[in-house]
Amino acid sequence: MVLNGIRMGAGLWCGAPGEMERTMTQSLRENLHLVSDPRNLDTSVDEVFHMMLGSACYPVEELPAEEPETITAVVGFGGLLSGACVFRSGSSAALEIAAKLTGMEFSEIDDTVKDAIGEVCNMLAGTWKGRVPDLSANCGLSIPAVITGSNYRIHVQAPEFKLHHFYRFDNSSFEVTIICDGLQ
Amino acid sequence: MSEMRVLIVDDSSVMRKIVERSLRQAGLNPMTVFEAGSGVEGLEVLSNQPVHLILSDINMPSMDGLEFLRQIRARNLAAGVPVVMITTESSEEHVKQAILAGAQGYIRKPFTAEQVKERVLPLVSAVVGG
Repeated sequence: MVLNGIRMGAGLWCGAPGEMERTMTQSLRENLHLVSDPRNLDTSVDEVFHMMLGSACYPVEELPAEEPETITAVVGFGGLLSGACVFRSGSSAALEIAAKLTGMEFSEIDDTVKDAIGEVCNMLAGTWKGRVPDLSANCGLSIPAVITGSNYRIHVQAPEFKLHHFYRFDNSSFEVTIICDGLQ
Repeated sequence: MSEMRVLIVDDSSVMRKIVERSLRQAGLNPMTVFEAGSGVEGLEVLSNQPVHLILSDINMPSMDGLEFLRQIRARNLAAGVPVVMITTESSEEHVKQAILAGAQGYIRKPFTAEQVKERVLPLVSAVVGG
């Protein structure tokens, strides 16, 4: 059965080109090397930016000096994997992302910019988990939470694994972190 | 094509605007758009406004998109109106749940305007005979 591009069948998911074929198991821990594969994050970030912003996005080694004001969006994972997807950038990158998403101009981090960054984080989290075997169907997403301010840190004690990558698109940079603090 | 009346349900106002823009790029003009930030708000709109097409997110506070869809069918609020789910949740299980709840289409976020066109236009053509 095909429902507008998504084929329903035994274990084969055809929702997006290049998505990996998967078999159904209920233990992600057995597939930790697949769950924590850093390439899934890079591919997911590029896919979201390419499709929604029309911009190429590529990993970089480090970010420029931190701006005084930063914005962080957090989308939680629950289910076979618990943890969070965290997007973080300076205000200039946030304004540029919001402008590309909406076609509007922004001079400050207002509610629309926060909404845009939350949605980007939501799509990053959903795309990332969709690429991991068994995670798509067995891991839910929370509603995005957005934090703005300066001099704050998010700390998770002893995570199972953590992916922390920096990215650049057009003239801006940002970072994405996948934190896993529980894996069944 | 006669004027389209479309309900877009998403807790993100930015995403509602992106979906509206994609629909206009797909050629749905003229079009009147009704926006709702949750399933509850969506039901209120449908109680007062006839529409030709509904696009809904799944993950929303207060009433999610699947429950919204079940309530539409249970209350017979939009008989014959196609519903397309637009969501980051793209597992087979979510698609099955959407089908069972009565969805005719499913678009995964992120999406392109071309994907919206491919998946929505056949549904609205069947409704308005455009």
